[in-house]
Amino acid sequence: MLLSLGLILLCQLIGEAIARGTGVAVPGPVIGLVLCVLLLLARDRIGRWAPAELRDGTFEQTGRGILSHLSLLFIPAGVGVVQRLDVLAGNALPIAAAVLVSTVLALAVTAWVFSAIARRL
Amino acid sequence: MNDSVFALWVYLARSPLLWLTVTILTYCLCERISTALHRNPLANPVLLSMAIVGALVRLTGTPYATYFDGAQFIHFLLGPATVALGIPLYQNRRLVLRAILPMTCALLAGSLTALVSAVPIARLCGASPMIVASIAPKSVTAAVAMGISERLGGDPALTAVLVILTGILGAVIVTPLMIALRITDKRAQGFAAGLAAHGIGTARAFQVDPLAGTFAGIAMGLNALLTAVLLPLLL
Repeated sequence: MLLSLGLILLCQLIGEAIARGTGVAVPGPVIGLVLCVLLLLARDRIGRWAPAELRDGTFEQTGRGILSHLSLLFIPAGVGVVQRLDVLAGNALPIAAAVLVSTVLALAVTAWVFSAIARRL
Repeated sequence: MNDSVFALWVYLARSPLLWLTVTILTYCLCERISTALHRNPLANPVLLSMAIVGALVRLTGTPYATYFDGAQFIHFLLGPATVALGIPLYQNRRLVLRAILPMTCALLAGSLTALVSAVPIARLCGASPMIVASIAPKSVTAAVAMGISERLGGDPALTAVLVILTGILGAVIVTPLMIALRITDKRAQGFAAGLAAHGIGTARAFQVDPLAGTFAGIAMGLNALLTAVLLPLLL
């Protein structure tokens, strides 16, 4: 459990280091996500040499634990809305229109393109 | 009596414990409400929790910085959670590789739609350039969106709020919208949710179906990558 948590943090740490070091605009945790996949692929290659925690499903379980309450993690940033209520109220129409129309369009276009191409395969 | 209550409040208001506890327990309550309402999209746990905690912060006159002192411990976990999205991605890697073509096309189409559609609408409705710049990156995960907004001359804190609002909106409308469009492919639904509504859409997709959640996580990561690459070219 602790090793798994440490390894997840390590992926993020290396990801942040790469992001800062190279100046790419990709966030460190997203690079960490890729590293996490590479870590699991590497585990499969080395087989029995991998630490027990990586082989007995503990790592996967730890990740699922963090992900099971993904919604909770957005609340602290979301409460920041209290700081910008005046700006939101002052620009209610453009903000509401842009966010609503653009989100509906993005959802519809993405899902439609995906399923249209997937059906042809 | 009143003095001791006040002294207690002064103590609690300064320690991170109070707002950390409030945030977690409010979320637990809202999760219960959401489950009791059969995961009705309108009873979105993030939306409900934000409203309740935000109202408490406002009513007690607590500065947001003080609230965040406690809540930062939860906020911090966003990073590890993003890394952990690699686990379902790894587990479903064969399904994902098989869908590489629809994913690539949907990513390009959706990412451009999200970027290009918001700006003219905001301008048409009379928003100032600062507001427009703050709205443009709203579909991208908060950390990237704030960086983009700053470069465009927007207000990063406002962008963070708009990112969250977009996420909630996307999470609320994705299910009814997919039913209306008759899109039944769980992979397509999830991918759209993650692309248009980042982590909050991903959380919603995991509520609906684990496979949808996996594709949502991929879409969120890829959209952050693509937007970071595309925006400097578009500007």
